[in-house]
Amino acid sequence: MRALEPWVVQPLETFLAESGARLTLLMTSSGQVVAQHGFSRSLDVMTAAALGAGIVASTEELGRLMGAQKFEALVHGGQRQSCMLAAFATPRGRWIGLVVFGPETSVGIVRLFFDQMVQQLVTLAPREQQPAAPMLAENFETELNASLKALFGR
Amino acid sequence: MTATQAALDRVTRVPGVRGALVVSAADGLVVAEQLMDGVDGQAAAALTGSLVGRLGRTADSAGLRPPAFVHLRGDAGSVLAAPGPEDLVLVAVVGPDANLGLARLEMIEAAGRLA
Repeated sequence: MRALEPWVVQPLETFLAESGARLTLLMTSSGQVVAQHGFSRSLDVMTAAALGAGIVASTEELGRLMGAQKFEALVHGGQRQSCMLAAFATPRGRWIGLVVFGPETSVGIVRLFFDQMVQQLVTLAPREQQPAAPMLAENFETELNASLKALFGR
Repeated sequence: MTATQAALDRVTRVPGVRGALVVSAADGLVVAEQLMDGVDGQAAAALTGSLVGRLGRTADSAGLRPPAFVHLRGDAGSVLAAPGPEDLVLVAVVGPDANLGLARLEMIEAAGRLA
């Protein structure tokens, strides 16, 4: 498990231990990865983050068009593994969790401990406002490489 | 009244029962519930569904039949579970003063009628 911010580590480790999830990705609503567990290739992380953020954005927009509130979680059930995508509010903005799990656990267990992790993240998130650095095109590749190095240790 | 509601009514009438749920064991999700305030149905469903599933696999590995009734006793009460047909489990959360014998009888009977 790797995280860009140290306060995310303990809640995520507890979630992984309790839920039995195979893969987990925490990201911002824009698809910037905050922490990952189980991914072995940076390309997979980038693809999963982009797809997950896109699904959440499009589903929330669909909900808005239909006058519904934001959805809490989206679960794709499969024979060999399933996937849950859930957006949640933190003091650091809206985040998204992508969890892949197998038949050794259940969607109920994953939801239960995911909700507990969200509560812990909200409690532990540093409250001070960090000045948002402008995302410049010339810095994008450098920052992306630095994030991937932190998430994969290479 | 559906078979699910009838089962929940039957179990919650037993003295000391604080709530009852019908749970999908494979998903750990609530199908129907009748709970007093303070009983977390989502947690009870997820954890009991997982417990019953694991106990079933354990019994199967040991060459035994799956359990017909599960009683998890704690300091402040018990969780009772009776597996029924179609992967459904009837779960009851009971206080320490509950009539466990009657609850067991009612649950096994009611679980057999779930569908």
